[in-house]
Amino acid sequence: MSTTVTELDKVKTGRWNGGRSPFNVEYGKIMMWFFLTSDAFTFSAFLIYYGSQRFAHMTWPDPDKLFQSIPFVADYGYPLVFVGIMTFILIMSSVTMVLAVEAGHRMAKKEVVGWMIATIIGGLMFIGCQALEWTHLNHAGFWWGSIPSQEGVSPEVTLAPYFSKEISEVSALQFANLFFTITGFHGFHVSIGILLNIIVLGMTLANVFERRGSYLMVEKVGLYWHFVDLVWVFVFTFFYLV
Amino acid sequence: MEAHAHSEPQSFITKYVFSQDHKMIAKQFLITAIIMAFFALLLSILFRLQLGWPDKSFPILEVFLGKWAEGGRIRPEFYLALVTIHGTIMVFFVLTAGLSGTFSNLLIPLQIGARDMASPFLNMLSYWFFFSSCVVLMISFFVESGPASAGWTVYPPLSAIPKAIPGSGAGMTIWLISVILFVISSLMGSLNYISTVLNLRTKGMDLWRMPLTVWGLFLTAVVGLLSFPVLVAGLVLLIFDRSFGTSFYLADLVIQGQILPNEGGSVILWEHLFWFLGHPEVYIAILPAFGIVSEVISTNARKPIFGYHAMVYSLIAILTLSFLVWGHHMFVSGMNPFLGSVFMMTTLIIAVPSAIKVFNYLATLWRGNLRFTPAMLFAIGFVSFLISGGLTGLYVGNAPIDIHLHDTYFVVAHFHLVMGCAAIFGMLAGTYHWFPKLFGRMMDEKLGYLHFWITFVCAYFVFFPMHFMGIDGVPRRYYAFTEFRFMDHWLPVNIFISWSAIIAGIAQLAFLWNFIHSMFYGKKTVQNPWRANSLEWTTPVEHLHGNWPGELPTVHRWPYDYSKPGHEEDFIPQTTPFSVTMTSNIARDFEGNPQGARMQEEWERKQEAPLK
Repeated sequence: MSTTVTELDKVKTGRWNGGRSPFNVEYGKIMMWFFLTSDAFTFSAFLIYYGSQRFAHMTWPDPDKLFQSIPFVADYGYPLVFVGIMTFILIMSSVTMVLAVEAGHRMAKKEVVGWMIATIIGGLMFIGCQALEWTHLNHAGFWWGSIPSQEGVSPEVTLAPYFSKEISEVSALQFANLFFTITGFHGFHVSIGILLNIIVLGMTLANVFERRGSYLMVEKVGLYWHFVDLVWVFVFTFFYLV
Repeated sequence: MEAHAHSEPQSFITKYVFSQDHKMIAKQFLITAIIMAFFALLLSILFRLQLGWPDKSFPILEVFLGKWAEGGRIRPEFYLALVTIHGTIMVFFVLTAGLSGTFSNLLIPLQIGARDMASPFLNMLSYWFFFSSCVVLMISFFVESGPASAGWTVYPPLSAIPKAIPGSGAGMTIWLISVILFVISSLMGSLNYISTVLNLRTKGMDLWRMPLTVWGLFLTAVVGLLSFPVLVAGLVLLIFDRSFGTSFYLADLVIQGQILPNEGGSVILWEHLFWFLGHPEVYIAILPAFGIVSEVISTNARKPIFGYHAMVYSLIAILTLSFLVWGHHMFVSGMNPFLGSVFMMTTLIIAVPSAIKVFNYLATLWRGNLRFTPAMLFAIGFVSFLISGGLTGLYVGNAPIDIHLHDTYFVVAHFHLVMGCAAIFGMLAGTYHWFPKLFGRMMDEKLGYLHFWITFVCAYFVFFPMHFMGIDGVPRRYYAFTEFRFMDHWLPVNIFISWSAIIAGIAQLAFLWNFIHSMFYGKKTVQNPWRANSLEWTTPVEHLHGNWPGELPTVHRWPYDYSKPGHEEDFIPQTTPFSVTMTSNIARDFEGNPQGARMQEEWERKQEAPLK
């Protein structure tokens, strides 16, 4: 009789049948994935707004002319070189993050610490570069709600260096608004990421993960870091390349 | 007391204030939402006074409202603030946090068999962000220029230019802070609900054995997770327009003879970003109510829910479509009419899954062994509002008709019936039904019936006449009807509506009394007062951290085995194994378990054998 009962009441043990995580993933990682999906919607909304503004205008400031300087080296003549360096730094910091996660899998604390420090330095360098880029544009006269202007000089003249086609004050204004808002929002995300990385570094140094027996936390902040990196690829494409 | 032995000692602060127990957090959400709902109700009574008796003075108002009601008459600026804050509180704090916050927290862990939420700490934070968001919004009543007044949709330029109207000043800033806090709360809640449902279902609880409440709450969390972030983007741009001189939504404006420098922005872009949240938001309000009502109707009709799979698929269809219809709020905004026709089509398609749900509710009720508990009445009331409000959705969803009806009282009637009344009735049904689970005591039935009938009748008295006003072209948000000749003859109707609203408002006191009194002095409940199947009724009445004293229950069947032929009782809890219900098992119970099916057949043959 007892065998009859067990067969009748057999509970399925498939991945979706309950009693376990269907993806074999701890809840925090699921939360991170869903949070990133959510955040992707925020950035998409920003970039779609940007796209709609850009398509609504016949002309737009030319990035090749706007971004010509390399701080401390040259004021003009090197279009998009500096932003290329910035992007390279950020992508390299993603690589070091991958190495930190990999070291975490092997429970190699020292290596995790090393690669996390490298990632944090990469992030800080990126933010620093962004600050320089902002300062440069600001010195040229661009800011939220303002574009280069000089008293007594027509905007056609002051804006001429930044346009390849027709010159439009409204386009320049919208470009300035959107550039600072969207790269600022991304920079804010990078800053949060640096903060998270520092916290995780501290936890690693305090042997928290050693005791816990898993470096899952490194993986979770890693996901966030890669996401921020990915978003930059889109922001970079839309503001600098297209 | 033994049950508590294993839990660590708790102070008042950790037990009642910064609690990390999902049941306590559910109570916190519910009580906060009830307080906010009463406040929003009071605001609506105030503006109903103005609409019903625009020329009359109510000196008592001046006592309480001071300069906002000089001479006992509500000022136009304050009228706009009342409408705005009423909408904001009801939509965000009551129908979003109150409904999904309360019932997700209470029911998700209990109905899927989990000890608590995936992250109890995040859960606690979610409540406290919600609470601070409520407090911050209340502060706006104490600033000199008054609360935000641009309507709950805060369209620029009223929301973007601090000088535009009094309510565009400090009140609007406070509104923005409040909503941002709310979005954070909602995000943390959604992440928790989703990961709990995915990861923490107990043994045997596969997705097709989840009660429809859990399905509804889970999908609501998904909608919130994907729609609120777009509002965040919109709000960030709005804040820059307000405070940093940008022109994302502003162009060609003149204020008091002064030309503003803003150029190149577009209000339509705000409308797109806002309604990408705003429309899914109405489904955030209605999906949990769908779930609650399915559960309440099935339990009290003593019948399995009709078309369980169809119910789930229609929820998923509504979820998907809810992201594709936001443009139907913008038919007259100047948006490309071709785009309008696309949005019209997707909007009308939503009628299909909604109708499937309504028919399934009716089919569940059909020939059921109905038990008219207060919860059941509210659930049936929900279906009624869903039909009457849903049908007018076909009118306003039609671009050519909407051009006439847009921004009239027809729209007010439509969304109050289908989103306001229906979702509130779902929430009340849930409160009456799960009150024993929340507080271990029963609510008074007689007061419940009184509450239901007055609210139900008055709700129709309030909103039904508004359809006709709308067809006649009476616009919403207007301060006084006596100022325009063509609206003059609607004044008697407005008086009728105002009286109905006041009576409905008073009837809510019956609920409030019932709620508070029953919480302390109500009849003690038994473990399973409604003789229901789902897992929450297998936990002890006395709350304990971790929900189940011993091991987590194992689930053997779906939650709707009511009145199953062959079984002596009219319900079989989800934890009952098939081996003890041999007389009622059917072939479908053994899908994917051929050995079990064979044994059942053998057993049946054996039962028939002696008869031969």
